[in-house]
Amino acid sequence: MRAAASLVFGWLLFAPCAFAVDSSPPLPDPVMQQRYLALTHELRCMQCQNESLADSPVGLAADLRRNVRELVQAGETDEQIRDHMVARYGEFILFRPRMNWRNAWLWSAPVLLMLIGVAVAVRVLRDRRQRLDEEPDVDESVDP
Amino acid sequence: MNRFLLPLAAFALLLLVLIAGLRHASDKGIIVSPLLGKPAPQFSLPDLLDGNTPLQTKALRGHWSLLNVWGTWCVECRAEHQTLLTIKQQGRVLIFGIDWKDDDTQARAFLNELGNPYQRVGADREGRVAIDWGVYGAPESFLINPDGTVVYKHVGGLTPQIWQREFLSRLP
Repeated sequence: MRAAASLVFGWLLFAPCAFAVDSSPPLPDPVMQQRYLALTHELRCMQCQNESLADSPVGLAADLRRNVRELVQAGETDEQIRDHMVARYGEFILFRPRMNWRNAWLWSAPVLLMLIGVAVAVRVLRDRRQRLDEEPDVDESVDP
Repeated sequence: MNRFLLPLAAFALLLLVLIAGLRHASDKGIIVSPLLGKPAPQFSLPDLLDGNTPLQTKALRGHWSLLNVWGTWCVECRAEHQTLLTIKQQGRVLIFGIDWKDDDTQARAFLNELGNPYQRVGADREGRVAIDWGVYGAPESFLINPDGTVVYKHVGGLTPQIWQREFLSRLP
């Protein structure tokens, strides 16, 4: 009972989100509509900055959605549309940053950190084995 | 001793990265315009005050220009208006306005009430030209050199101090 009540309460909490911000009618071509939705979800609303174009109710986001819609209909590719936006607003408009020389170190950081980790692990293991070889019985005899 | 050297070096490196991050923290909110150093975007807008000839990019050539994006709905634009009038009086640049997503009648009333600092004003009723200029919040002001190249952009209201520090220093 309690679980059901909290579930209903949870739904109510999220109810306002169910109203779509984007009230424009869907594009006639379902493939284009799909691309339009994907693009407006991965482009940032520059006014509110942490919302996507699709989720933002401000006027500028509506204008930019119109812009994306027109570019999709004009037959531009996703990459061309991203370039179009970046040329005007800078790379900040992309939620997924592109790799370039300035941020290459950040992209390579996970691999670098893993390599460091492996190197440390190998060294620790090798040291331990060496120690065990040199002075046998010591570690085992201390703890019961 | 040796076994502390590597972690210490790593810590020092981390510290350097964090200090660099803190020093640049103040420019975090500002988005650098990709237009800087590039030719001003092509546009053509109906003139708010004289219905005959549209305001076009070519009007920005041959002299230093300040392109100011404003609207009567924008509180900060009202606040910076006096500064624009002062800049006009100084005569170092010609000021052009883009009236962004506004009502023409209200915009004309605004200029009648507060004075008109603009050489010409284009009415961007649908907000298309503002997107080409990468505008995301009025007021925004662009400094454009006589070749028509965008030299500087300021987001937010102008004050005499900002004009002095960021714009006059870039003029010849």
